[in-house]
Amino acid sequence: MAKKPDARPNVSKEDLLKYYREMLLIRRFEEKAGQLYGMGLIGGFCHLYIGQEAVVVGLEAATKEGDKRVTSYRDHGHMLACGMDPKGVMAELTGRIGGYSKGKGGSMHMFSKEKHFYGGHGIVGAQVPLGAGLAFADKYLGNDNVTFTYFGDGAANQGQVYETYNMAELWALPVIFVIENNGYAMGTSVKRSTKSTTYFGRGLAYGIPGEQVDGMDVLAVKAAGEKAIAHCRAGNGPYILEMMTYRYRGHSMSDPAKYRTREEVEKIRTEKDCIEHVRDLLTQGGLASDEELKAIDKEIKATVNEAAEFSKESPEPPLSELWTDIYA
Amino acid sequence: MATQILMPALSPTMEEGTLAKWLVKEGDTVKSGQILAEIETDKATMEFEAVDEGVVGKLLVAEGTAGVKVNTPIAVLVEDGESVSEAPKPAVVAAVAAVEAPVAVPAAVAAPAPVVAAKGWPHTDLPDGPTKTMTVREALREAMAEEMRADPTVFLMGEEVGEYQGAYKISQGLLDEFGPRRVVDTPITEMGFAGIGVGASWGGLKPIVEFMTFNFSMQAIDHILNSAAKTLYMSGGQMGSPMVFRGPNGAAARVGAQHSQDYSAWYAAIPGLRVCIPYSAADAKGLLKSAIRDPNPVVFLENEIMYGRSFEVPVDPDFTVPFGKASILREGKDVTIVSFGIGCSHALAAAETLAGEGISAEIINLRTLRPIDYDTVLASVMKTNRCVTVEEGFPVGSIGDHIASTIMQKAFDYLDAPVITCTGKDVPMPYAANLEKFALITPAEVVTAVKSVCYR
Repeated sequence: MAKKPDARPNVSKEDLLKYYREMLLIRRFEEKAGQLYGMGLIGGFCHLYIGQEAVVVGLEAATKEGDKRVTSYRDHGHMLACGMDPKGVMAELTGRIGGYSKGKGGSMHMFSKEKHFYGGHGIVGAQVPLGAGLAFADKYLGNDNVTFTYFGDGAANQGQVYETYNMAELWALPVIFVIENNGYAMGTSVKRSTKSTTYFGRGLAYGIPGEQVDGMDVLAVKAAGEKAIAHCRAGNGPYILEMMTYRYRGHSMSDPAKYRTREEVEKIRTEKDCIEHVRDLLTQGGLASDEELKAIDKEIKATVNEAAEFSKESPEPPLSELWTDIYA
Repeated sequence: MATQILMPALSPTMEEGTLAKWLVKEGDTVKSGQILAEIETDKATMEFEAVDEGVVGKLLVAEGTAGVKVNTPIAVLVEDGESVSEAPKPAVVAAVAAVEAPVAVPAAVAAPAPVVAAKGWPHTDLPDGPTKTMTVREALREAMAEEMRADPTVFLMGEEVGEYQGAYKISQGLLDEFGPRRVVDTPITEMGFAGIGVGASWGGLKPIVEFMTFNFSMQAIDHILNSAAKTLYMSGGQMGSPMVFRGPNGAAARVGAQHSQDYSAWYAAIPGLRVCIPYSAADAKGLLKSAIRDPNPVVFLENEIMYGRSFEVPVDPDFTVPFGKASILREGKDVTIVSFGIGCSHALAAAETLAGEGISAEIINLRTLRPIDYDTVLASVMKTNRCVTVEEGFPVGSIGDHIASTIMQKAFDYLDAPVITCTGKDVPMPYAANLEKFALITPAEVVTAVKSVCYR
């Protein structure tokens, strides 16, 4: 893990509560999704984001309206963090008409044009040139928006990532490549898949600056995000952020995660948990009482339960939906 | 001893060219490697150089002469002191091309004379109104230029589309008119730039992604299928990919297995894609304009051999060809020949031969493979009761297979004979000239197939 910031952060209570709330929403949502999967209400592949919440919440805190984001199949957290409705996301997981894609996309393929969320991609690494393409459009159209292109340490070994690095720097595209390094590409650890494990440094060969960030610290993430955004908006081309993070659950719901020890997971949970970190900042700094935080917990739980209820009650898509949305 | 210098072939498909300029004159002493002349194909002007040393004894073809066939003697080199008339019969071949393009790239293209002229057939595929003669290449370029003028979000990206003026000169002049913002040269990185193109289409632009040839689209096919074709569906109709993937498809000439494949049936299999495959220049222009305007991802399959062929094209700037509307290239009553792209050339040539033997063939040019105009095919088969399909692609899972199956399911009772599917042979494309010719479908094979279904 990268080092923590040196000094106590200068951050308001309101901001801390906001991060706390957003990270907790993702965690509770994912726990509920795991539960619904176990009940057979969610099918197929379902990749949970538990443990990595600080990455998207920290980066979203640095964005402005019109900024775009695109990611892999581990996408529920990204959707909630950019403001998509938990009901619509959960109903997509259950394959219902009330889902963001009317039940036709599923966990890995969801989009919200309104929230500038461009998927949700099931092909490892494909989102990288796609994100650069969104940035290409922004530059072409002359606005100052940036695109966050998220991918994992597994995708970081795909060839198209480097094709994209080259063109992104060549054309100075406003794209921020966010490598969510959670240590495992499915069941293969970074050290078993990769000789040179400093992924952020690979941009140097293309002239792209990058840095490694403690992805379990939402404040460090936000600060790094602001720096990257400033670089991009000023027309300096792409930037790479390697977020050192960890997923507590398996790769997908069907992964028993035998490739790592229970102790390893427990150690991170105890020492590095991103939500506990913010909770500590709030309570130890005297910024919030346990009662205040409990009230938020309760509120989040209600939101997630409401989403779960909606996802069960929303009907399956009518058979006529099979034939729609193939051509515009 | 005198040596003849012959008109060189400067590209895989060149059959003739223009001797644009002599850089030497009679009496000059030339050294091996010296540039002798500039030769113009229909897409590029190339320099060519001497192999042997000697004195230019005679220039046999004057500057500015067009239509000089490959291997025509164009000059005679003699030894010092020797005159042309006293020289013995010249030995052959003394020049090589100074090749302009990188070796792996199928470079210059010239226009072979049309196998079958477009004029003279009872065309039903052109609207009323004035027309002008233009090549398929010019038609494609004009379609892009017109649409780029009309819509500022349309842009072209690909390898060599800008400063090089297009590997096949389809984009010639576009950089000058539209600038580097809208005519974007990419590195050789098909997967990367195809993905960037799809992303740009989601971001509000209408990209035209040029593949130097569709063989190279195999590097990028994941983005064409998984990223472009499926997104509208997977997003529940929220966002699609309004863009065009275009470039030459199928066999060119003598470029071997990796550069000679017809992907028609591959792309036509994918829901969410539109697939266009023009035959004539009018098809090319009208379909490409429709493709650029279409809100869906369009795979636009061109053919290198067709680029230099000339056809009549409507002058009307609003002329477009709708998707899913076949044209009837020739009306007939005895047999229906269904084809598309360059296959139509073979079908037309076969029909001419057949007419001489009293068989009247109706030729349907599908023009789009997704959607396919089944109605026109079925109506024709119900009239002629016989059908042959013609394409250059591989036989297994061909477009012809699909057409035959459809006819069997929808018009079985009208058939007087089984449908015969004429395709390329089930082999990787060989390099040897005789084998390549044998691997492709020929008009003679079409004639045989038609006679077979006519029991003649």
